[in-house]
Amino acid sequence: MSSNVDAIKADEIIKTKKRSQSADVWKRLKKSKAAVIGLVIIVIFVCMAIFAPVIADYDTQVIKMNISERLEGPSSNHFFGTDEYGRDIFYRIVYGTRISLFVGVISVGIALSIGGFLGAIAGYYGGKLDNAIMRVLDVLLAIPAILLAITIVSALGSSIINLMIAVGISNIPGFARVVRAAILSVKDQEYIEAARAIGAKDHTIILKHVLPNSMAPIIVYATLKVATAIMATASLSFIGLGVQPPTPEWGSMLASGRQYMRDQMYIVMFPGLAIVMAVLSLNLIGDGLRDALDPKLK
Amino acid sequence: MSKYILRRLLMMIPVLLGVTFLVYFIISLTPGDVAANILGVGATQEAIIELTEEMGLDDPVIVQYGRYMGDLVTGDMGTSYATGKTVSSEIGQRFPNTLILTISAIFLSVLISIPIGVISATRQYSIFDNVGMVIALIGISMPSFWTGLILIIVFSLKLGWFPSGGIDGFSSWILPAFTLAIASTASITRTTRSSMLEVIRQDYINTAKAKGVSRKIVIRKHALKNALIPAITVIGLEFGVLLGGAVLTETVFSIPGIGRLMVESIQRKDTPMVLGCIIIFAVAFSLVNLLIDMLYAYIDPRIKSNYS
Repeated sequence: MSSNVDAIKADEIIKTKKRSQSADVWKRLKKSKAAVIGLVIIVIFVCMAIFAPVIADYDTQVIKMNISERLEGPSSNHFFGTDEYGRDIFYRIVYGTRISLFVGVISVGIALSIGGFLGAIAGYYGGKLDNAIMRVLDVLLAIPAILLAITIVSALGSSIINLMIAVGISNIPGFARVVRAAILSVKDQEYIEAARAIGAKDHTIILKHVLPNSMAPIIVYATLKVATAIMATASLSFIGLGVQPPTPEWGSMLASGRQYMRDQMYIVMFPGLAIVMAVLSLNLIGDGLRDALDPKLK
Repeated sequence: MSKYILRRLLMMIPVLLGVTFLVYFIISLTPGDVAANILGVGATQEAIIELTEEMGLDDPVIVQYGRYMGDLVTGDMGTSYATGKTVSSEIGQRFPNTLILTISAIFLSVLISIPIGVISATRQYSIFDNVGMVIALIGISMPSFWTGLILIIVFSLKLGWFPSGGIDGFSSWILPAFTLAIASTASITRTTRSSMLEVIRQDYINTAKAKGVSRKIVIRKHALKNALIPAITVIGLEFGVLLGGAVLTETVFSIPGIGRLMVESIQRKDTPMVLGCIIIFAVAFSLVNLLIDMLYAYIDPRIKSNYS
């Protein structure tokens, strides 16, 4: 009976400790003006992505051509003007948010789960396994990430799914390295030894003890990588290998607006600004998180 | 040192073997019938089958890869499906342009970023530091192809100072080199600043100051040299980013380099050309990494003593 009560108490202590830890991080994050600005911008983008159907109708206002209104400058009717087919650039940017955020997050998810898994077992077991995994990843690292993504998309064909796979795979080695390093830094700590001594299984130790204690650098890296992935998505679409028209995507909007930019500067201005704002906000949050998660660093 | 270089060069071989295999395998996944593509619309079924057999395209991928590697060792990178020219001659013709572009970009970014990073660190939280870091963060967040377009609009279409594309003399390289340099300048500046900040808090810097060494010499001789190591690491990594970025910059400014060649070849399904381009990129990147490691040894004698 008493041991049961103890267990419940211990549970509560752990819970409050967890809560206070994340509350601590949040408190420090809130102090950083830059991080708060980043958070505000990204929340606006997320709202735009979620409420896109409320803002504009996809079929009639986003992809339907309207030649009579082509290449009109910004006005109260069309905040950011219209493109070469008379489509509202603001509405297209709003729908483009959906693709950029979605591809960014999913591709980082792919890279994090595969790269994280490889990095975790390489770091935890060490030795030959570690060596074998890292040498294979060296091969991936020898090809600049965007070129690897281009190669994969060109082989698989251009579609949103393939774009996510390509950007995801090209980020695997980076995640494997970060997770491996994070694990190496905690795996020799006493509490890990203690867990092993009481007979915990390897996967329990990795998932319950090692990973939670090495999350900080991984979270920071993932945040920054979503920014890179958004940039890569736009880059691939810009050279015609990503999202295909008429689907609105920031990079492909820039590519098709290019030939009109001499007289209609806004046509390349706004989609580019959207990319900059999204990437910048994630970089601000990533930097803020790095400081908030590691109080020792300044 | 030469022993170390030789060992590193030998270590490059398995990596490059892996790269060629991986890329060959990925590209072999490309859907579509190569022979039919080459012969064009209206080719007879017999002709397609004949060409497929002649080119060995019906063999297993691993056999085809073996054949490709056999040729590659002798310097034969195959023949372009699209133009009929050899891949190596086409790449040889275009590679210098990519090289000029990336080297001038990395040169520009080092030239700009190291002084700014050092000044920012020595005057932490000053206006210079704050403004510099905000600009650097925005610089990292700008996609190079967009920056390129904006620079073309302003400096070429509106002001008419530079040509908007192509390669025609010195002035045509200025905008592309700047475009490509922006993002790496920003990230090298940030790294230089933070590693400088770390170094100037060390005891030996205080010792030097206490001995009465002038501020300038402390920063230049004692701090900068030690702070440069992380900066050089980033320069090496940025070179890879620059090579990738060259694909976009070359597309924006219509520069006939291998980045643009690769994109064009992908659109034309010209497999041998794509393969050749990406192998050249990987070789260049690996060589730069080797160069970076040698630079470490030059800057930090402690590293050198590990290898001699």
